[in-house]
This record gives sequence, structure tokens and C-alpha cells, in this order.
Amino acid sequence: MSDYLLEICNLHKSFGAVEVLKGVDCLMRAGEVISVIGSSGSGKTTMLRCINMLEDFQDGSIRIDGEDIGYEVLGDARRRKKESEIARQRALTGMAFQQFNLFPHMSAIDNVMLGLVKAKRLTREAARAVAERWLDRVGLRDRAGHYPGQLSGGQQQRVAIARAIAMNPKLMLFDEVTSALDPELVSEVLQVIKGLAADGMSMLIVTHEMRFAYEVSTRVIFMNQGRIGEEGDPREMFNRPRTERLAEFLKSSPFTK
Amino acid sequence: MEFAAFFDQAWAARVAISKGLGTTVAVSAVAICLGTILGVGVGLALTYGVRPLRWLARGYTDFIRGTPVLVLVFASYYVLGTVGLDLPPFEAGVLALTVFCSSHVGEIVRGALQAIPTGQTEAAKAIGLTFAQTFAYVLAPQALRQILPAWVNTAAEMVKASTLLSIIGVGELLLRIQELISRTFLSLDFYFFAGVLYFAVNYAIERFGRYVERRSALPT
Repeated sequence: MSDYLLEICNLHKSFGAVEVLKGVDCLMRAGEVISVIGSSGSGKTTMLRCINMLEDFQDGSIRIDGEDIGYEVLGDARRRKKESEIARQRALTGMAFQQFNLFPHMSAIDNVMLGLVKAKRLTREAARAVAERWLDRVGLRDRAGHYPGQLSGGQQQRVAIARAIAMNPKLMLFDEVTSALDPELVSEVLQVIKGLAADGMSMLIVTHEMRFAYEVSTRVIFMNQGRIGEEGDPREMFNRPRTERLAEFLKSSPFTK
Repeated sequence: MEFAAFFDQAWAARVAISKGLGTTVAVSAVAICLGTILGVGVGLALTYGVRPLRWLARGYTDFIRGTPVLVLVFASYYVLGTVGLDLPPFEAGVLALTVFCSSHVGEIVRGALQAIPTGQTEAAKAIGLTFAQTFAYVLAPQALRQILPAWVNTAAEMVKASTLLSIIGVGELLLRIQELISRTFLSLDFYFFAGVLYFAVNYAIERFGRYVERRSALPT
């Protein structure tokens, strides 16, 4: 058993000729809340998507609880794991997306139950109980029967978070979950995430909300041109950036409430 | 009193007319059903098939869609006979319409599946669903709603295309009507009558489609 929940080692990812991740290393312990900041195109989202194999990667390794994600390395040979194995590994992490991606033909509670019934093989009754608990937790118990089209953006995102976390992942991944929301709906989503942080949930959060990153994180990672530019304690980083690049980035990213 | 003559003749030929209408409905229904089953396969091959299979499906749909239905009818009745597959008119006609239907359904299915945002597949993957599960519970239900209007349209096209089978001697509605006309010379009346019957069949199909569409609409 590893000391670390997540070990990213020398992660390389290219889209065609464009190298997006140029060797990322990151160690994360259980219970940590890490915010990933950086300008567009710096590789934040791509790194997140590699962790649950929504993107293949060309080199390096990702381990969750000591388990190699996506690829098997035998000597020099590197082989993508079987699709069914990758499907199982994806459920080790939960992911919330910028565009929510709720299933529009299912009610809120059916969205949350689908993975529980089909991937976790819970009975419908057990799944319903879990789903109701999480919908309650994100403040949407009374919206359980509503369809995504009947919910506001903030409510949809909260359902999407409930859907991901109901699967009881070891690690939650948040990919710019407030970027598509109207400003007045941002805080209800951030409150939910703060609540999860208070529970000790391990989370990797890609965000443009600097104040939120400052308040919620145990550590901040600044991505710059496919590499980790700087990382450390949020107070240190925001108040005394060590690199020119981070200082510049923070100046252009307003620290709004 | 021409109207009275028409009604007398139509009444006298009621058995032939209803049999013709029955054949039209039967040919269309069988071709739509088989064509849809085959077409879904073609659509899946176009969307998810490995490259050679996808090319094969692409060639098939492009070729069939670029060929007049009449030519398909002749081909399955006359040309297949020369290679030893001698089909009776009804079967040959059903085959031609089935092939025609499948190429259209294939394109409709492909279009509907590709119109679903990739985020849907990603969200399904992220909760640990396999591809088969993703398809069954996430993609197919959304694609079906998308397909319905175009599919109803294709079904109506099949009913209209079935008139072409009169040329190879399938006793469907148009052939029966033409036989009546050659006996009675009431061409205007009987062609108009045939038009009304075809309209009734297609109107029923369209109403049914609307009904299913309403029933399956997502609440907003």
C-alpha cells in the first residue's frame, strides 16, 4: 500500500504534434484538497482528464492507491488496459464537468442512480437510498423527480456532483465546475464543494475562482505551459509568489469574492 | 351520372381494392420493419465500426441512396434472377424497399448518434459505465427521440415507394386501381380515390409518430 492516494509521475500527453503535458509530477495524500490554477491551455484540464482516462497519455504513469491507471508497464512494453478494467478504474475517481453533462432524459435521482445500479450493481432500493442521501446533501432532495431541463445551472451542477460522489470515489475531480454558471449561481456550487472538503474528501479542483482556491485548498498547484510552475501552501503562493509567471497570472486573475 | 357510376364500380371492386390496400400496407410494413433493423446495424457500423466495416457501410449507403428505387426494384426482380436468386414479385419488391429503407435509416441513426454531445459519453465513462452500458442507457434513449421524426418521414416514403412494385406485378393498391381504370375508363375518379387512400395511410403514420413524439418528449 502506498503512502499516497495519487501519484503522477512524468506525465506526458500530446494532441497530435502539440505537447500539452510535458512531464508532470504530483503526489497527493488522502484528505488533501488541491486546487489547480493557471491560464487557459496550460494543461490543467488535460491533467485531470488523464487521471480518469478520458484522455489517453503517451508517457509516464498515474497511480491511485498504488494501482496503475490505464496502462500496464511490463519492462519496456506499455499496454493500454482492457476497456472493462479501465471502466472499473474510472469509478475510483468521480468527476464533475464544466458543462454538467447530466443525462437529459433522466430525472435528477435517476442520473445519480444510474452508476450505482449499473456499475456498482446495487439494487434499485439501495441505490435510491444512496441517491436520496446525496441529493439531500447538495440541497436538492425536493428536486429529485425533476429533469435537467427543469433545473437551473447551479442545480444541475449540484446534481452532477451528487452523481459523481454517490459512487463513493477515492478522489473527486472538479473541472472548472463554475465556469459555465451565471455569477449568482456560483456560490451555491462552491458551498457544496466546501462542505465536502470539510468532510475530508480528497479533491483535485481545477478552477478560475481564486478566492475559492485560496479558502478551500490545503495546497495549490500552478500549471504553466504543460508543467507545474509552482506549488505550495495557498497563503504563501497568493501572497508571495516565487516565480515571475505566477505573479503575473495572479495580477491578471482578480481575487473576487 | 358519372359519380354514381364511379361508386357502383368502386363498390363492385371493393374486394380487389381492399386486397390491394392490404398488400400495400403489408409490403410497406415488412420493408419498414426489416429496413429499420438492418438500418440500425448500418448506422452503428457507420458510427462505431472499425475502419473497413465503416467504409463498407459508407459505400453501401451512398450507393443505395444514389440509386432510384425503381432501379432497385428492377434489380432485385430481374438482375438477381440472372445469378440464380429468382424471387417472386412480392419478395423481390420487399427486398428492394428494405434495402432502400435501411440506407436511409442508417444515415438517420448515424446523424442522431453523432449529434449527442461527447460530454454525455464522458459523463457515463466517469461513473464507470462500459461502452455497452453507455450505449444502452445514455446514448440510445437520446438518439431514439432524435430519430423519430425522420424515421416517420422515411416510413411514409416507403408507402409511396411501394407504388413502384406495380411495375413488377405486385398486386398492391396502385396496380389494382390501374386494372379498374382499364376496365371502367374512370381514370380521374379512381386515381383521385387512390390518392385519398395513400394519404389516409400516411396521415395515420404521421399522427402515430406525433403521438409517440409527444409521449416521449422530455419535460422542460
